Amino acid sequence: MRRTATSAGLFAALVVAIAVLPKFLTDFRAQQFAYVAVYLVALIGLNVLTGYTGQMSLGHGAFMAVGGYTTAILMTDHGIKDLWTIPAAAVVAGAAGFLFGLPALRLTGLYLALATFAIAVATPAVIKKFEGFTGGGSGKNLFGVKELTGGIAPVHVLGWKLNFNNWLYYLCWTVALVLYVVAWLLLRGRTGRAFRAVRDSETAALSSGVSLARYKTLAFGVSAAYAGVAGSLFAIATTYVNPDTFPVQLSIFLLVGVVVGGLGSLTGLIAGAIFIEFLPLWAQDISKSPGAPGVVYGVILIGVIFLLPTGAAGLLRRVASLFRGR
Amino acid sequence: MTNFLQQVVSGLASGGIYGALALALVLIHRATGVINFAQGEMATFSTYILWTLTQNHGWPYWPALAVTLAISFAGGFGVHQLVVRPVERGSVLRVVIVTIGLLLLINGAMTWIWSGEVRSVHSPFPTRTIDMGGVAISIQDLGTIGVSIGVVILLGLFFRFTKVGLALRAAATNPAEARLVGVRVPLLLGVGWGLATMLGAIAGALTAPTVFLDPNMMQAVLIYAFAAAVLGGIDSPVGAVVGGLLLGVGLNLLGTYVNFVGADLRLPAALSVILAVLLFRPAGLFGHRVVKRV
Repeated sequence: MRRTATSAGLFAALVVAIAVLPKFLTDFRAQQFAYVAVYLVALIGLNVLTGYTGQMSLGHGAFMAVGGYTTAILMTDHGIKDLWTIPAAAVVAGAAGFLFGLPALRLTGLYLALATFAIAVATPAVIKKFEGFTGGGSGKNLFGVKELTGGIAPVHVLGWKLNFNNWLYYLCWTVALVLYVVAWLLLRGRTGRAFRAVRDSETAALSSGVSLARYKTLAFGVSAAYAGVAGSLFAIATTYVNPDTFPVQLSIFLLVGVVVGGLGSLTGLIAGAIFIEFLPLWAQDISKSPGAPGVVYGVILIGVIFLLPTGAAGLLRRVASLFRGR
Repeated sequence: MTNFLQQVVSGLASGGIYGALALALVLIHRATGVINFAQGEMATFSTYILWTLTQNHGWPYWPALAVTLAISFAGGFGVHQLVVRPVERGSVLRVVIVTIGLLLLINGAMTWIWSGEVRSVHSPFPTRTIDMGGVAISIQDLGTIGVSIGVVILLGLFFRFTKVGLALRAAATNPAEARLVGVRVPLLLGVGWGLATMLGAIAGALTAPTVFLDPNMMQAVLIYAFAAAVLGGIDSPVGAVVGGLLLGVGLNLLGTYVNFVGADLRLPAALSVILAVLLFRPAGLFGHRVVKRV
């Protein structure tokens, strides 16, 4: 009981901190922090699948693409307002994830990593091929329809006037924090226990009456729905999608983010999301070469696996237990 | 008909390359039980070494290739000892993440060292074509097919008739018992990684003349190699090569005769091969079904 109260208190403090942060940020920084929220949503989704259920995915960028394109197509071709496309993206990507989860039941460990990696690599080519539907290589512009999006003009929300980047910041963080709580509720109860049982030993889970098929496909569906929402927010934030918006690197970076944040933890993912967004900028300080971020990502990824297998969350827990020990 | 035969031959040539890289994947899978996602980047890195030696230092092709292969062997051995060996007893997830770290690291390093610009690498074979009963076949394609098949035969002989080859097989099949009879298992698994990296270097050197050399050169080839390895059975060296050749010819014919697939959907087609094989015959054509005791 006390632990729940502490967590709730910390979460409230986090919400307040996020709410007042834009006051101290430049417009450009606010946009960067909006992307942190987008990555956070995707990382929560990937962690539900990989960290909690033990199913490796190297293809979550593909589910983000499904979400992003759902938003783009609904907005440009069907005139639907940007906010309403977010739940639609969740449903479409979630359904895609659920359907992929069915054949994926037969794949374990390594083979699943391989299959999802192949999907991530093939996605841009498939998007380019179905030109009539997706706009092909030239992509789709979202800011062409002014009345449907915050666009470049200021946005009025509850009597406040926000510029585009601040509006984006609050939109992304509201969605991210709500989905964070949803994931927390889902994972603390019966479902979360079943997920962890599947991860730790499929045989043991099966013999205690946990249906592998049911919980694996559920994890795939939930995870993909999160990725879909992240893709939708990503499209709204960039106001533009094309096949290279969701490259295979994105899927790999998401995995990096989850590992850095901590597999099987939610709190650490905020660190993972910050890491994905800001690392390319920090790497610029080391070298201006476009290869520098890759080298730094690689070194840190291997370093984390060697030195800090539980990621930022594990580090946090260790520090916390140090204080509690007194 | 001549067009068909021409497509088959050029399919065999690209299939030979897929087979060589697939064989590298199979070697590492047998040695360490993982799939090395960095295999493609390692191959590209070796090709850059070859490019530097021939273009920047003016070495003749064959000595440069020999030195490249030696460096690749040492590099693969070093990578295994340094970063793979400490985690290989842990969960598959950790090893896969380490190989993905290597992928990012090596890809970034290539862009850093050699910049992202495309380079051209010469082929050791002439680009002329020869006429065989009305079918024009390029000597380069024949050379590629010859090299890949030759490498496979050499490797097969090595595993079958040398003491190191026998020890390697022992270390991969049953590490505990191999250790009891005096095989230095970790060292030999490193040798497996070294051999795989050499194979990758050969695949890279064969790929580079037909496309241009850039840091992402082997990414698509790696996917085809995955498909080839899965098709042939991930633990079967013969399967990897047969799978590579089948895939090369199959994709080439599909691209030529099925308009919908064309050149753009070759990669998704390979992906569907991976998915279909994994779903309907997970052991592949030549592989063995794994039976696990719990």
